[in-house]
Amino acid sequence: MITLNINGKEHQFNDDGNMPLLWALRDTLKYTGTKYGCGKGLCGACTVHVDGQPVRSCVMPVSALANVKITTIEGLSEQGDHPVQQAWQDLNVVQCGYCQSGQIMSAVALLEREPNPNDKDIELAMSGNICRCGTYQRVKQAIHLAADLATEVKGS
Amino acid sequence: MKHIENVSRRSFLKKFGMSSTALVLGVQLPSMLTIPKALAGVTSSDTFSPSVYVQVSADNIVSIVVHRSEMGQGIRTSIPMIVADEIGADWQKIAVVQGLGDKKYGSQNTDGSRSVRRFYQPLREAGAAARMMLQQAAAEQWQVDVSETLAKNSTIVHTKSDRVLTFGSLVSAASKLTLPKQSDLILKAKKDFNLIGKSDVALVDGKKIATGQTTYGFDVELDNMQYAVIARPPVLGAKVKSFNSDAAKAIAGVIDVVQMPDLEEPALFKPLGGVAVIAKNTWAAIKGREALDIQWHESAHKSYNSAEYKKALAESCDNPAKTLRSKGNVTQALVDAKQVITASYYVPELIHVPMEPPAATAHYHDGIFDIWACTQTPQSAQGTVAQILAVAPENVNINVTLLGGGFGRKSKPDFVVEAAILSKQLNVPVKVMWTREDEVKNGYYHAVSYQKLMAGIDEHNQVTAWQHHVAEPPIGSTFSKGADLIGSEASLGLVDMPYDIANVSCAIGKAPAHTRIGWMRSVTNINHVFAISSFIDELAQAKGVDSKDNLINMLGSDRKIDFAQENADYSNYGETLEKFPVDTARMKAVIEKASKMAKWGRSLPKGHGLGIAMHRSFVSYVACVVEVSENIDGKVKVHDVWMAVDCGLAVNPERIRSQMEGAAIFALSLTFYSELTAKNGVIEQNNFDDYQVARIADAPTTHVEIIASDAPPGGVGEPGVPPIAPAICNAIFNATGKRYRELPLKKYGIV
Repeated sequence: MITLNINGKEHQFNDDGNMPLLWALRDTLKYTGTKYGCGKGLCGACTVHVDGQPVRSCVMPVSALANVKITTIEGLSEQGDHPVQQAWQDLNVVQCGYCQSGQIMSAVALLEREPNPNDKDIELAMSGNICRCGTYQRVKQAIHLAADLATEVKGS
Repeated sequence: MKHIENVSRRSFLKKFGMSSTALVLGVQLPSMLTIPKALAGVTSSDTFSPSVYVQVSADNIVSIVVHRSEMGQGIRTSIPMIVADEIGADWQKIAVVQGLGDKKYGSQNTDGSRSVRRFYQPLREAGAAARMMLQQAAAEQWQVDVSETLAKNSTIVHTKSDRVLTFGSLVSAASKLTLPKQSDLILKAKKDFNLIGKSDVALVDGKKIATGQTTYGFDVELDNMQYAVIARPPVLGAKVKSFNSDAAKAIAGVIDVVQMPDLEEPALFKPLGGVAVIAKNTWAAIKGREALDIQWHESAHKSYNSAEYKKALAESCDNPAKTLRSKGNVTQALVDAKQVITASYYVPELIHVPMEPPAATAHYHDGIFDIWACTQTPQSAQGTVAQILAVAPENVNINVTLLGGGFGRKSKPDFVVEAAILSKQLNVPVKVMWTREDEVKNGYYHAVSYQKLMAGIDEHNQVTAWQHHVAEPPIGSTFSKGADLIGSEASLGLVDMPYDIANVSCAIGKAPAHTRIGWMRSVTNINHVFAISSFIDELAQAKGVDSKDNLINMLGSDRKIDFAQENADYSNYGETLEKFPVDTARMKAVIEKASKMAKWGRSLPKGHGLGIAMHRSFVSYVACVVEVSENIDGKVKVHDVWMAVDCGLAVNPERIRSQMEGAAIFALSLTFYSELTAKNGVIEQNNFDDYQVARIADAPTTHVEIIASDAPPGGVGEPGVPPIAPAICNAIFNATGKRYRELPLKKYGIV
């Protein structure tokens, strides 16, 4: 039995401790906002936060996750109004949208670490997130916009 | 980071050139088991359904059916824009309803860049009919002439008295009126559009996607559902000889192991066969599959080895089996030419890799299949399940989820049939998921191709001869076993070479298929245009003229081309040449526009180069200019892409731009990185580590301009792809003097 703290809520997990967090989230706990893309930590679609750090949930066994705080896309904000989520909507970033939970989680982690990133910072932080639709240009723009939005909040 | 509150978004939006009045509306995604069976011309006292696409209800909501699949092209926003504009609906008071698979909607086959192209007119007519009936109902109530009324913000207004009635209040009366005849419909004038052609419409699913609340094929969850993955044959057509499932069944969570029916070629949309592992979660199913011990029979396709196959394709180009376009006398013109240029081009086998691999959930009960799937083609899914499972099509309900990318892979419903077979056999709801490896190793592939081109240049420096030979395994082989000559592919960038040359010959060689060949975004335009637009550039260099001037010059006079005059059977994407001509003036216009955007001819920093290419596909015209540089380590970077698109009337300009941006990345991936190879019939690649696609650091800045046009809307999803690869290679030549004729470019060590 492992206690998983997800988006501030505790869940008792009773299955194979080797199960990657991705499948525990999706199949067992029904948090389907976190997506499968490769199962090998290559594409970033499954990115969640573990104690604020971006983690590829498809290669992270549940057994390693007791006593940590896990945040998924569903837990990023109550109203869907996190500056990154807002910037994403304002710029119509998404195309199919499937990779975007992971893109947003990586972007949020970047901005937590570096509130005013330059293009190189963004390319480095987002290099593990593939978007086959090719929204990269808008992802970059939206991260800059989110940085501005967050700064304005602090200043206001 | 704090949550944002009380912040003016205006300044930020302005900064990015976006309107501050972005329109957002409520969305109705297909929720499990609650999808309305139809809005099917049913009228009752509290709803008014003058067509299968639109329904007005007494609560003043206009429901608009999107019968096409959303896979990132924005169709769940664009179709409602068309209908809502024509009916006069308040954008905040519409509901978007995803249509089930049903032939009453017309084609739902969401490929070929034709959702707006084929349905712009019918959808406007649906909206206009509804509006006119509401106007008529209001006019009768007011006892005024209907010409004194107009529709606005989901109300009918009497212009002389400013009296107003909501759509909802007119539902009952409008339902009793006769549907206007098609010839009597009055469509809105372009100047009155308030949604069509506007760039400030927010995506209908934008917020749900940004908050993880949407349902893709992978996300479907039903009560008592079981999870399945399938071990499919490593070589096409290989059948299961025997298997041992003891170890698989010993894994906690594995429920059952089931052999799938063997595949008999042709593959069509049938499942590939193999052995399915059914479990209580995906992880157990995957572990169970790893534990299977399967012996396979041999398949004749084990002879497929990429290096040898490439040589065979090259030889096939030298012995063409069929000529598909013939004008003048190419052989003589080549003899007479002062200069003969030859070049060969190779593009490998490719695969779609949508971020969401195929997935489908089926629930068989009471003789009925309820199915949820990320399918591009719900009617074909319905028909294929009905045929293979021997039920009537009306007993197969196909609910279309959002698609996590499609690119043509999800036009083939083999994965939907797999779920149906397992649900019926096991008598429980079953979700079949393809892992990334499954998707890469068992796809419907973009055909590998070899092309040999030859041109003659005369003493006046004019190109007088053009010979293009192609060998590539045909899509037809997926539907007809043993087919080895391309058919429909020839109209995708081969016989429609538009340059004005006196002697032309296009011919094809035989190429037997050893994998399932299918459509991938822009299909054989990818490789045909890579060859043609690279070779045209090589001819510019041979002639010693500027690349862009050469394109304009070689297009010849402004004219509308009929390839039938040159003994070619050109399908024009299923459209008539009257409605969608092959117009060289429009080709030149996009070339001029892209050149202007890129400031073609400017002096460039050392190591930089510009390249240009143009192609008409899916009846739309796209020209692009690409700027690249080579650094001191010999590595190439694409900095900027300028794209000019003429797709006729631009319904949703914002999504047209996003499709062009995405097309540039899709093409950049195949230009630099992507390649499948086969060894003894087995695809050697597995996942994103050995089948690479572009990442964010590879992404150029893409600038898009849309040519203003009142021509009928053309395709948008695919036409951006074909010109990018040749433009990149042309730019690399101009930057470095090196001409690359084989993709992907990573094999040359330049990325």
